[in-house]
Amino acid sequence: MKKELIRLVDCTMAFDGEIVLNAINLTIHNKEFLTLLGPSGCGKTTTLRIIGGFETPTSGSVLFDGVRINEVPPHKRRVNTVFQKYALFPHLNVFENVAFGLRIPQSVPVTEGGKTRQKKVRLQEAEIGQRVQDALELVGLKGYHRRRVHQLSGGQQQRVAIARAIVNRPQVLLLDEPLGALDLKLRKEMQHELKEIQQQVGITFVYVTHDQEEALTMSDTVVVMNQGNIQQIGTPVDIYNEPVNAFVADFIGESNIIQGVMHRDNDVSFAGKRFLCVDSGFDPDQPVDVVIRPEDVRLTAPKDGQLRGTVNSVTFKGVFYEIYVDVGELEWMVHSTAAPKVGDEVGLCLTPEDIHVMDRPDLFPEGAEALTIEDIDPEPDFEDKYVDEEPPEAEL
Amino acid sequence: MKKRGGLLAAPYTVWMALFTVIPMLLVVYFAFTGEDGRFTFGNFSQLLGYGAVFGRSFWLAALATVVCLAVGYPLAYAMSRETGAVRNTAMLLLMLPMWINILLRTYAWMSILENKGLLNQLLSFLRLPPVRIINTPAAVALGMVYNYLPFMVLPILTVIQKIDGSVIEAAQDLGGSQFTVFKRVILPLSLPGVLSGVTMVFVPGVSTFIISQLLGGGKSMMLGDLIEMQFLGSTYNPYLGSAISLVMMVIVLISMAVMNRFGEGEEEVMVL
Repeated sequence: MKKELIRLVDCTMAFDGEIVLNAINLTIHNKEFLTLLGPSGCGKTTTLRIIGGFETPTSGSVLFDGVRINEVPPHKRRVNTVFQKYALFPHLNVFENVAFGLRIPQSVPVTEGGKTRQKKVRLQEAEIGQRVQDALELVGLKGYHRRRVHQLSGGQQQRVAIARAIVNRPQVLLLDEPLGALDLKLRKEMQHELKEIQQQVGITFVYVTHDQEEALTMSDTVVVMNQGNIQQIGTPVDIYNEPVNAFVADFIGESNIIQGVMHRDNDVSFAGKRFLCVDSGFDPDQPVDVVIRPEDVRLTAPKDGQLRGTVNSVTFKGVFYEIYVDVGELEWMVHSTAAPKVGDEVGLCLTPEDIHVMDRPDLFPEGAEALTIEDIDPEPDFEDKYVDEEPPEAEL
Repeated sequence: MKKRGGLLAAPYTVWMALFTVIPMLLVVYFAFTGEDGRFTFGNFSQLLGYGAVFGRSFWLAALATVVCLAVGYPLAYAMSRETGAVRNTAMLLLMLPMWINILLRTYAWMSILENKGLLNQLLSFLRLPPVRIINTPAAVALGMVYNYLPFMVLPILTVIQKIDGSVIEAAQDLGGSQFTVFKRVILPLSLPGVLSGVTMVFVPGVSTFIISQLLGGGKSMMLGDLIEMQFLGSTYNPYLGSAISLVMMVIVLISMAVMNRFGEGEEEVMVL
C-alpha cells in the first residue's frame, strides 16, 4: 500500500452561506496521479485550492503527512500549482518565470554549536541556471529561456507554467484544468506528456478536469464529484465499468439511463420488459436506475431484439455511428459500426452483463417511502405496444 | 472601414488642427520673432536671466511628484486591496476636493497656512511654536501635492487593480511571502501606472501658476507665473513668453523621454 500524503477530513466549504463542498473525505497517496472530475460548480477547483492553501475550509481538516495545515499559507506549503490560465509573470522572460521560486531564499535548519535554527539560504546562480534548464528540457522547451512569455503559444505557455511549478521539486503538483485552453490534438499530446513527466519526477499530481476522457487517460485514481459531494473514488477502469450511480455513469462516457424496478436479485424490469442481470443486493421491488452503455447495445433485426424501435437519427462519429433509436417513451443511444437508415425498424439486444443496476440517490434517504412502484414503473404504457409480440411475463 | 474611421475622427482632427497644431506653430513663430517682427534668437538669450525660475519650477514640480508618489502609491495599493464600501468611500474622499474649484481650494489653504491661520492657531492651542510656512516654496509644494495627489493615485490604482489575481496567487504558490510578492510582482507590474502618475503630476506641476502666486507670495515665482506675466502682466512681451513656453515644453518632453526609458522593460504592460 502506498504512503498516505494528503488527507481531507470532513472538509466543508461555504461561500456566503452557500455550501460548495459538503464534508468531503479524501486521501491522496504519495506519487499518485489523482484526478478530481466533475461538472463546473461541483467543488473540484475549491478542493484543489484548499490543498494549495488559497482557501481555508469552513470546517474540517487538511492533513499533510499527518500534520494539520489548515492555516499554513500557500508559500509555506510544499505544493505547487499549475493555474488554469497559466498565470505566468508578464514582466519576466521564460527563464525568470521558471526561476521565480528558486530565487526565493529557503529556510533551512542549521545546527550551530548544538543549537538548531532556521537559516535563509539562497541558491547559487549556477544551480538556478542548471535547474531551470533541466526543467525546460523536461517540458520540451529547451532553448526558449530568453523568450518573453507573450511571444509563446498557448501550449508553450502551458509548458512554462509546468516547468515553473516542478522546478521547485514540490511533493505535490496541483493542476487546475491546465489543458482546457488547448486544441484537441495538443491536448492529447500534453496528456501523455504530463503522465510521462509525472512518472519521471515521481511526485503526486492532483489534477482537476471536467473532461472524462482526460481523467481516464492519465489517472491512477479518479474522484468523481458533483454538487460538493464525492460520488465515487476508484481506478479509471472501476469508474467506467462499475459506476456507483447514474450520475457517475452518465458523466463518465455516454449512457442510457432508464428508470426500472429491481424485483429481486438478477431480475430487473425496465422499458416494459423483464431482463436477467448480474446485479444483486437490492430491496425487493426497489426502484432503480438502469445504466446501459451505448456501445453495449447490439442492433438486430426487429424480430430478434428484446426491444424494438425506430431509428431517429444516425451520425457518423469516425470509429462508429451514433444512432438514436426511439423505443416507446425513451430514445436510446446506440454506438454501432453498422449504419441503419433513419426510419428503419430495429431490434435492440442486451446481455445480462450489459445491464448495470444502480440505486437512485435522489430517492434516498428522504422520499423513498412515499414513492410506490407504480410511480416509476413505466410498464402500463408499454404493455399494449409489445403485447402482440411478446407473451406477458409470468407474474411473480 | 479605414475611411470610415478617418471620417469619425474628423471632428477631433479639425479641433486638434485649430487649437493645438496652429497655436503650437504660433508659439514657435513668436519665440523666434523679435519685437520688430524679424527672426531672432534674442528671446532665448534673455531666458538666461530666468535660470532661477526654471530651476525652482522643475525642483518644486519634482518635489511635489516625489511626495505624491510616496503618499499616493501606498494609498493606491491599500485601496486596491479593499473592496466595496471601504474602497468607494476612499475613492469619494480622494475625488471630493477635485469637485471644488482650484482657486477656492487654494484660497482655503492660504487661510490655513497664514501666519495667524488655522494651522498656527492649532499649534498655539497645543502650546507649540508657530510655523512660518505661507509664502515659502514649501507652501507651494504642499499646495501642489494637495491638488495633484488624485492624478497620482488613480492611474496607479487602475493598474494594480488590473493585475491578474492568479498571477499574485502563482507568486505566493511559488514560495513568495507577502513582501516578496509585492517586490517582485506587484511593484514591477504597477510601474506603468507609476509612470503615468508621475507624468500627470510633474507636467502640470512645472507650469503651475496660481498655486505659486497664492501660496508662494510672489517670492516663489514659477514658470507659469513668468509666462502669465509676459502675456497678461505689465511686462507685455509675447515673444519672450513664447520662448519660455517653448523651452519649458522641450525640457518636459526630454524628462518624459528619460522616464519612459526606465519603463521600457515593461513594454508589454501598456501605459495608460
